[in-house]
Amino acid sequence: MSRGRIRRVALSRRALLAGAFGSAASAAYAASTGSAGAPSWLELAETLTRSAQRLLLSPGNLAREFTEAEMSPEFRANGTEMPDGDDYARLLDGGFADFRLRVDGKVETPLDLSLDDLKRLPARTQITRHDCVEGWSAIGKWTGVPLRAILGTAGLRPEARYVVFHCFDEAEATLDGSGTYYESLDLVDAFHPQTILAYGMNGQDLPVRHGAPLRLRVERQLGYKQAKFIRRLELVDGFSELGRGRGSFWADRGYEWYAGI
Amino acid sequence: MKPLTGTDESRTTRLLVRRHSALVRVTHWVNVICMAVLLPSGLQIFNAHPRLYWGQYGADPDRAAFEIGAAGEGETVKGFARVGPVTLPTTGVLGVSGRRDGEALRAFPSWATLPAVQSLADGRRWHFFFAWLFAFNGLAYLGHGVLSGHLRRDVLPSRDQVRPSHLLREIADHARLRFPKGEAARRYNALQRLAYLAVVAILLPVMVLTGLCMSPAINAAAPWLVDLFGGRQSARTLHFISASLLVLFTLVHLAMVVLSGPWNNMRSMVTGRYAIRIARAGS
Repeated sequence: MSRGRIRRVALSRRALLAGAFGSAASAAYAASTGSAGAPSWLELAETLTRSAQRLLLSPGNLAREFTEAEMSPEFRANGTEMPDGDDYARLLDGGFADFRLRVDGKVETPLDLSLDDLKRLPARTQITRHDCVEGWSAIGKWTGVPLRAILGTAGLRPEARYVVFHCFDEAEATLDGSGTYYESLDLVDAFHPQTILAYGMNGQDLPVRHGAPLRLRVERQLGYKQAKFIRRLELVDGFSELGRGRGSFWADRGYEWYAGI
Repeated sequence: MKPLTGTDESRTTRLLVRRHSALVRVTHWVNVICMAVLLPSGLQIFNAHPRLYWGQYGADPDRAAFEIGAAGEGETVKGFARVGPVTLPTTGVLGVSGRRDGEALRAFPSWATLPAVQSLADGRRWHFFFAWLFAFNGLAYLGHGVLSGHLRRDVLPSRDQVRPSHLLREIADHARLRFPKGEAARRYNALQRLAYLAVVAILLPVMVLTGLCMSPAINAAAPWLVDLFGGRQSARTLHFISASLLVLFTLVHLAMVVLSGPWNNMRSMVTGRYAIRIARAGS
């Protein structure tokens, strides 16, 4: 009887220890990835949200545009503020004169576009509110080329479904390179009139800490979709070959791929 | 005939009256589950940026109306909460808490957040799933409440209940923990009605609507909604204030449940039947 009790106590202590290790491990995992592994059925909400918002939003619904008087006095920079790596340092030294935006994947005509090429395309300027997933907002002025102009120039192959934005910055140090920032949009948002690749901010060249030479603005989604330091656009038919397979750096780390809320 | 009093059991009989419809009971308990998840997951989300602003924008360079933070370093770090010009020391609960688990610096402590560890991604997953359930549940309650007449009949205070003299007497009775008995207990009293009305007609809808204002997509689809609350950051602040008032309501609600007969109250919200004492038939 007493042996049994002791055994049970020992077992439960072992269970407790295992639990403690488990929660320590999950805390470490959470710290490294932003996710402690919420139950997967909660992801139903993302599907519901995306479907409901797509139903409510006509493709042409514009995000509000503000006046210059309504802009944030100082626009907080977030995420990587200076990418590591020689490639980026060399381009920055040369004022991005040697920068070429690669457009490839499922396109009719792969492109290599310099900043001057991009600036020769029709530009759009918009003063919009940036809403970070953390909760803060800042209003800034962005100037760039509508993404649909670039996609129109390259020509989409019939199987193209998503535009992937490959970036210079490694947002998380990893051995296999899976920490490099990337993001993706479906074609509804890619062809939206306010979806631009911005090369200017608040009337000047896009500052490095805000993603020079090019960053994405997709105004009906949260801040983490606004990829900075873009080097390449790739048209794909799915995400399985990218990162951890969920379509973006943050989606790979537990966040929603669709960031409409 | 002697006047009837609630304690004169020889002349009264116990009667189980139908108090809550099945839909009210089901939506009440679904709501309990939703709030139990939405509050701690909301605090988890708040912890990612524990500052509140008024207006369209607001971030670290801007002045916050409310802020939870920590100042100092190492062993001397102190938690604080600041409202406007007033700063309160809150070490141990807000700003700095639970130092042994290595999560010293966090606005709300780990016992108050879902999940307990700092994880904005998971907090959002919990919050949005139960927000959908909460919204559907609330629509079912309000739809039923309007169509069945429940809101007008049982929740909206009746004309005789909103007379100042009546309200003052109810406040005095509540303060002395004297609750309606007999026939008067068949219906909600005025203070109950006003509290429930404020919750179902104002606070819960404000939670959903200000929550929707957090969505840049909904902002594009319905810009008037974010204007209604004075901007996106104002809406976030109101979301927080409204949630705080709901917590306050819940504390008072639970206290009243316990003080006015926990068993009877609990049975009525589970089975629908509420016991009252009325005059014995024929007496």
